[in-house]
Amino acid sequence: MSGGAASAPKPLPSSGPKSLREMPHPLATSSSEEMGPALTPSPDLLLPRSIADKDLSLPNGTPVDTSSPASSSSLLNRLQLDDDFDVETRDLFVTVDDPKKHVCTMETYITYRVTTKTTRAEFDLPEYSVRRRYQDFDWLRNKLEESQPTHLIPPLPEKFVVKGVVDRFSEEFVETRRKALDKFLKRITDHPVLSFNEHFNVFLTAKDLNAYKKQGMALLSKMGESVKYVTGGYKLRSRPLEFAAIGDYLDTFSLKLGTIDRIAQRIIKEQLEYLVELREYGPVYSTWGGLEVELSEPLEGVSACIGNCCTALEELSEDMTEDFLPVLREYILYAESMKNVLKKRDQVQAEYEAKLEAVALKREDRPKVPTDVEKCQDRVECFNADLKADMERWQNNKRQDFRQLLMGMADKNIQYYEKVCVTIGALARIKVVSFPLKW
Amino acid sequence: MLHESLFSSSKKMEDCLAKKMEITVSEAEKRTGRNAMNIQETYTAYLIETRAVESQSEGQCAPVESLWRRYSEFELLRNYLSVTYPHIVVPPLPEKRADFVWHKLSADNMDPDFVERRRIGLENFLLRVASHPVLCQDKIFYAFLMQEGGWKEMVNETGFQLKADSRLKALNATFRVKNPDKRFTELKHYSDELQSVISHLLRVRARVADRLYGVYKVHGNYGRVFSEWSAIEKEMGDGLQSAGHHMDVYAASIDDILEEEEHYADQLKEYLFYAEALRAVCRKHELMQYDLEMAAQDLTSKKQQCEELATGTVRTFSLKGMTSKLFGQETPEQREAKIKVLEEQIQEGEEQLKSKNLEGRDFVKSAWADIERFKEQKNHDLKEALISYAVMQISMCKKGIQVWTNAKECFSKM
Repeated sequence: MSGGAASAPKPLPSSGPKSLREMPHPLATSSSEEMGPALTPSPDLLLPRSIADKDLSLPNGTPVDTSSPASSSSLLNRLQLDDDFDVETRDLFVTVDDPKKHVCTMETYITYRVTTKTTRAEFDLPEYSVRRRYQDFDWLRNKLEESQPTHLIPPLPEKFVVKGVVDRFSEEFVETRRKALDKFLKRITDHPVLSFNEHFNVFLTAKDLNAYKKQGMALLSKMGESVKYVTGGYKLRSRPLEFAAIGDYLDTFSLKLGTIDRIAQRIIKEQLEYLVELREYGPVYSTWGGLEVELSEPLEGVSACIGNCCTALEELSEDMTEDFLPVLREYILYAESMKNVLKKRDQVQAEYEAKLEAVALKREDRPKVPTDVEKCQDRVECFNADLKADMERWQNNKRQDFRQLLMGMADKNIQYYEKVCVTIGALARIKVVSFPLKW
Repeated sequence: MLHESLFSSSKKMEDCLAKKMEITVSEAEKRTGRNAMNIQETYTAYLIETRAVESQSEGQCAPVESLWRRYSEFELLRNYLSVTYPHIVVPPLPEKRADFVWHKLSADNMDPDFVERRRIGLENFLLRVASHPVLCQDKIFYAFLMQEGGWKEMVNETGFQLKADSRLKALNATFRVKNPDKRFTELKHYSDELQSVISHLLRVRARVADRLYGVYKVHGNYGRVFSEWSAIEKEMGDGLQSAGHHMDVYAASIDDILEEEEHYADQLKEYLFYAEALRAVCRKHELMQYDLEMAAQDLTSKKQQCEELATGTVRTFSLKGMTSKLFGQETPEQREAKIKVLEEQIQEGEEQLKSKNLEGRDFVKSAWADIERFKEQKNHDLKEALISYAVMQISMCKKGIQVWTNAKECFSKM
């Protein structure tokens, strides 16, 4: 979508058939108060009247800061479901880098620098740079799950190191984790709803996150309704086909990824065992070269060649371990959390159906359906819409991620063979030269 | 082709049988028969085909002659040659039993792949003998190629087994020889080291082949899982499916690659066995030298005895001398007789020593000439082997690049 302020914006899929204004977020503690003031577009923007004069607030209840023109156009851009985000339309950039080790009396841990560059009005400054540790990312994710239960929240790299032998302060581990954390934040940044979440904002900007965390605990009691979603115990009558299909898909998807993960690990293991033998193989040629006169040079050459092959193979295995496996695992975790969201959706629907049935049984002659049943219906429809939109976005991103991942895997293998080709090619040339130099 | 390489590596090729005759071991056949103990056994027979090469071959093709031989007959031929030409580095036979195998390779002598590689090895052996300036002229060798019946009897009639030195004798000589030609000592040391290093190399290579096999085969699993995964995908499906096919191709490619590498291993094995042949020549020299030294020592002691008897002085202590001093000396007649005998023996001994010396020098000269010829051949052959090994590896890499490039393209279409 390239600077499409002039084009007619498509209706927002995530709010279903109704327009934004009529859809307060189901979790909003109060309905109309949270709505922001009417948007006053700047005269520069060519906003169609239909959107421009309506109150705009985000599904999560966050009021839109309407003072700057940038925010409204970017909001519009954000609200449209687009595959390709050009850099020009993006107004929020987040990076995770610069891991540092901190040694304290109680513990040792790593922090990462989180840099934000933005033109969004929700942010007081255009740039931020804070330091965060894994705990903080974990907190953020939990907060997002709580406050945006109808959305798919990206996964974090595993908290604990599964294969006990790995050193969690090693360069490779820290780098792998950094990449995953960076991906995590970027996925949130790319999400039209999640990226405007207030917890996300605080995560990116607050100097002292811990203070905010403590404050957040007190506020939790206010979020009574969100807790309701966790408990339920209602039985679902019939799952809509489309969500059943998504569930089935995720099951098979997780299975296949698990298999691929095992295969990839096995390949790495076999490669390392091959490497062990190669490391013994090369030097034997060198020993032989020591016995010979004429053949000394070519034999030494072969030995050196094998040594280079070892290096290339080592690089290949390292790359696969550090770049390929973690992404697979991430997607497996993603699928897990997505299945949980599906379950929640089922709960919401079940609750609605139960309440509806309860009302129907009373057989009273009511002109209108009671408000709490109405609210339930809203919730169901909202959830379904959000989920559908997120699934589409997820499918698309997944396709791109795997395309890149698998092409990367192919690339690394090609590079390995090319390196080996080069080193052997050089050797053969040496041999050809020494051929005429006989006795 | 080996044929051409043999031509280029040897100098005195003009009279070689290999130039006059085409020799191939073209077929192998399983046979059953009764052995010397009248017990039924299964063995493999190899068809040797020969055809005279006409110097003016204009449409005129000489007839192909052929006969069948089994491995044990090849062994007999080689033993005969080793004993009859101890100064020659006699080409080795391919291994009797499959050794240095990696797990997919069969250790069974009847396995078709093993039989095939042995067939090639036997042909190689015959060509090596046929292109050797000395060995190719041997009548027994010629008969081996041309005369099916009665060949065994012919070989045994040469009585070569009697000429063979016993192992024990050879070992004894190795330990006790005082002045062997330094070059042979060095050569023996070299052949020991060569044997050790090539064995090590072949062992590790077999393990390397095993591991590489594992790496390739596991990739085959990708084929299946990509196929299963593609079933639940819409846009990604085709790309995944076709990439999976390439993974199958990749996994299958290792069989041919490793099959080809076995030829390299066989080339190394030939020189592993050649090291034994080298050592045999060195041992022969040591034996001859020891023999010479013993003969010289014997002569010296006889001369001394003679001198003592003649002059009556006893230079060295001897029990006989002591007893004669104690119990009386011999009569002059007795002494005269003894001296006469000794003088005869000394005369004989000197002649023998002379001829042994000559033999020894001849042996050293001709053996060393053949060793030089062998060195040239070895350097040439092994360089070729290394180059063809490198070429094999490059070809394997190119295949790898091709497959992964194809897979990458499939992924790009996802």
